[in-house]
Amino acid sequence: MTYSNAEIWFTILALGAGTFLLRYSFLGAIGSRPMPEWFLRMLRYTAVAVLPALAAPLVVWPAATHGQTDPVRLAAGAATVIAGYATRNTLAAIVAGAATLMIGFYLS
Amino acid sequence: MTQASNAPSRRAAAIEASRARALARTPLQSMRHGATHSLPFLLVMVPFGMLFGVVATNAGFDLAQTMGFTILVLAGASQFTAVQLLTDNAPLWLVILSSLAVNLRMAMYSASLVPWLGAASQPARAAVAYSLVDQTYALSIDYFQNTPKLSIPQRLGYFFGTAFVLCGAWMTFAYLGATVGRAIPDSIPLDFAVPITFLAMIAPALRSLPHMAAATVAVVVSLFLVGLPAGVGPMIAAILAMLAGSATEVWQVRRSGGRA
Repeated sequence: MTYSNAEIWFTILALGAGTFLLRYSFLGAIGSRPMPEWFLRMLRYTAVAVLPALAAPLVVWPAATHGQTDPVRLAAGAATVIAGYATRNTLAAIVAGAATLMIGFYLS
Repeated sequence: MTQASNAPSRRAAAIEASRARALARTPLQSMRHGATHSLPFLLVMVPFGMLFGVVATNAGFDLAQTMGFTILVLAGASQFTAVQLLTDNAPLWLVILSSLAVNLRMAMYSASLVPWLGAASQPARAAVAYSLVDQTYALSIDYFQNTPKLSIPQRLGYFFGTAFVLCGAWMTFAYLGATVGRAIPDSIPLDFAVPITFLAMIAPALRSLPHMAAATVAVVVSLFLVGLPAGVGPMIAAILAMLAGSATEVWQVRRSGGRA
């Protein structure tokens, strides 16, 4: 790294302020004013839209294998979703995914 | 809007009972409840917090800088992005823009919390914004949507319970990683902790056709857009997925004769 201490702190502060503004944006500016129904309807699906969009590429092309599709990781991702859907329990889903990953690594 | 259409009645009774319990909790009890619900995620927060401390220290950041990232930015993926780009000596504007792009989803989380927490006080909303991360958001929005009649103090209690455990663990273990951590064994496939957590958070929330439509579109589109710069593909995929979810909801309501 070739940055000065001040440059690094500038980056930290800019990132911190920018991230806070992104998080505060709607909560802070809108508050209790009503939002249009079509917008609220979209927002109901925020979690089930954002998290799978982040996870899918990581499952199919893992960084750890330099983007090579890995059957063990695919199976672990599938086990997580199936267990979570069947039990409606996050902990059960994490345990199923982690166990599949560990067993897969042990066998391969 | 979130009932499972073909769930067995035993499950419906269990959901009703858990709703009644949620409504009976004081804000402090709601906080304890949120904290308890967060415990499984420590499986991820603890190793990742440590990993950030170790990676940042090994990259040449001092303890104050490492903790500056952890406390002032408080967003795992963008912290790793920034440290990686700084290690590569990228121009500062690129470091800042790329790391902020990774956090664009936070604005969507913020919008989606407005119907539930918009009426809270200004300082409370600012505190929620500060500690709004994937896990605190996903746990809380699921709790709020499951029991829509919760009071604002009950909702805030639950959220801050999750934030105390999850953000607290992130900071504590980043500090330990930076001070006592040396290396994380390669044999632990830590890279996969993040996707497993994200999938584990949403799989139980797939309770209706619109939820499944949204998740399916998110997966398919994000895989197609994987070549775009960090954070951009998933953002576009998520917006299309939200449209798919709400379009499916409208279609369902029309088909059932206009009952919302």
